[in-house]
Amino acid sequence: MSMLRNLAIASAAGLMLGVSAAAALADDKPPLKIGLLEDHSGDIAIFTMPKVHGAHLAVDEINAAGGILGRKLEIIEYDPQFDNAKFQEFARRLIEKDGVQVIFGAATSASREAIRPIIDKDNALLFYAQQYEGGVCDGNMIGTGGVPEQQFSTLIPYMMEKYGKKVYVIAADYNFGQISTEWTRKLVTEAGGQILGAELIPLGVSQFGQTIQNIQKAKPDWLMTLVVGNAQSAFYEQAAAAGLHIPMGSSITIGLGFEHKRFKPPTMQGMHVVMNWFEEIDRPAAKAFVARWHAKYPNETYINDMGENEYSAIYMYKKLAEMAGSFDLDKIRAQIATGKACIDAPEGQICIDPKSQHASHQMTLLSVNADHSVKVEKVWPRVDPYWLGQIGCDLTKDDPKEQYTPSNLPSK
Amino acid sequence: MTAFVYQFLAFAYQVADVFAFLVLAAGGLAIIFGMMGIINMAHGEFITCGAYVTTALVRAGLPLPVGIVMGALFAGVLGIALERTIVRRFYNRPIDSLVVTWGVSLIATQGALLVLGSAWTSVGTPLGSIGFGDYSFALYRLVMLAVAIGVLVGLYLLFMKTRFGVHARATMQNPAMARALGVPTERIYAQTFGLGAALAGLAGGVYAPTLTLSPTMGTGFVVESFVTVVVGGADVLTGTAPASAVLAIIRAACTAAWGQVFGLIGLLVTVCIVIRVLPEGFSGWLMRRRA
Repeated sequence: MSMLRNLAIASAAGLMLGVSAAAALADDKPPLKIGLLEDHSGDIAIFTMPKVHGAHLAVDEINAAGGILGRKLEIIEYDPQFDNAKFQEFARRLIEKDGVQVIFGAATSASREAIRPIIDKDNALLFYAQQYEGGVCDGNMIGTGGVPEQQFSTLIPYMMEKYGKKVYVIAADYNFGQISTEWTRKLVTEAGGQILGAELIPLGVSQFGQTIQNIQKAKPDWLMTLVVGNAQSAFYEQAAAAGLHIPMGSSITIGLGFEHKRFKPPTMQGMHVVMNWFEEIDRPAAKAFVARWHAKYPNETYINDMGENEYSAIYMYKKLAEMAGSFDLDKIRAQIATGKACIDAPEGQICIDPKSQHASHQMTLLSVNADHSVKVEKVWPRVDPYWLGQIGCDLTKDDPKEQYTPSNLPSK
Repeated sequence: MTAFVYQFLAFAYQVADVFAFLVLAAGGLAIIFGMMGIINMAHGEFITCGAYVTTALVRAGLPLPVGIVMGALFAGVLGIALERTIVRRFYNRPIDSLVVTWGVSLIATQGALLVLGSAWTSVGTPLGSIGFGDYSFALYRLVMLAVAIGVLVGLYLLFMKTRFGVHARATMQNPAMARALGVPTERIYAQTFGLGAALAGLAGGVYAPTLTLSPTMGTGFVVESFVTVVVGGADVLTGTAPASAVLAIIRAACTAAWGQVFGLIGLLVTVCIVIRVLPEGFSGWLMRRRA
């Protein structure tokens, strides 16, 4: 009896060996593991799930077309649950245990700064597919989202010309909100305007009665809103209910938070945002991309900029690896240094700037109507991420692994 | 002169707004803590529950007030169920009850995230706004104040004028003696827990139109409600109400002068001082003066 059983096991094992040998013949190189570290749960999951979907869509498409350099991609992913400590734990696990060399991920600046030292120490590569406050000069990071010279240097002059020079800022009280406020202050005062007030709001605060009153007392021409997360986004509802009708500008609403799809009209009326991607962009490649996305994820409320940036980041990795003929980080960075790393993303052409390793973008300014439809106000065909290069960051020569801000410039 | 009147009205409105928030946020927590000695860490989840039920019913076509009442009732029934199954095993074990209700809170939040998704569209704030000089205010927030005052009056009548109130106060003062005299203390505990949960649900329902709905929204109430209960002490009427009034003035003044960060700092500094000076909160201090 036991001999029979052994025989059965042996033949089953043989069968499996045969199967895997056949699979290996068809696909002789092992798949390339890439790490994906995005929140599936927690306070901002609604905005980060499109990043997860974008990564899977890109990988499926790339694998169906034969992979990168003949190798299929395999996503290894964890849910850091909006917890910076878990971001660090999983980044270490991805690199040191799962053996990935490239990680796509991190949404908030706090989580990015939490994992960047780990990426640097292990000499891995982080694709940060996220609009943010800018300034990271790190050879181990490629930023494919919008930065202040793309979002603020376009939006703020437009708003000041159209609505006036007196500005009030409300921002989330952590590195993103603080540095973005610094940028707003710099650009407004340089253009001869005035910041009437800048209020930092602790994350999780959801009661804005007094803030709304402070704004009404200051009487600004327009309002810059940089509030973050579900709790703080209650500001819009409460401001509308209180009758605070004022033009607003932001770098994170609509294209990122799709408040125009989530809130009852006309809550977001008068909001102006500059971003490299909105689902409403009218371009054949963008329309085809949106159709492919909704075919795979029919329940997606809105494809936000983070989702499109993540999708494009994976194609950018493909492009860089193919240019280098290798997945080796030094060879990839040598290709970035040529300045020829460009792809046709759904939003249009994007290129990696050699000095800062950030992406150029076509930027679109949208405003929101009373019925929450959007209107394209202005398009900038190509805005390069020039600021880091201007202040002396040049990753082709030197790799300081620092984050700079208008008040923290490199020492010359 | 009129400018001064408008300033004063604006400040009074803000104080009233924070007062209403603190009373509604803390009422349920204070009742459960004061009557039963249970620190209910799942308080925020009852608030979330009320908000979701209210929103779902309003979206289904019911008027908002009906939705709010149903939200409170649903949270109350859920509270009684939780007390019967879990919480009653932890009486006289305050630390254990804290941990078990925290566990319930984690399960509820993550479960809601799986089942309900991470955000719902809100139903929008009704009633429009009213203007004074430079300022304009949402009228709905005055409704919130009315509800908060209604809750305080209702609780006073319930605890001072009804048989349930007499039994509940007796159970709170001396459970063994109350039981010996025929008070059904088990049932009183279940009803009290249900009442606290229903008040939390009411807060969620009332605030639902003004907030972004998400499974973690209850946490936005938790800090303020714990602060209020700590400052107020174990009794809702002599504790939560005056504590809410004092904290509302401090928070509104700090926020008006220096912004939200200092509003929160003012709140927390007050707690530190009160814990040092009045370790049993306002109600403990009032009791001692009376005795």
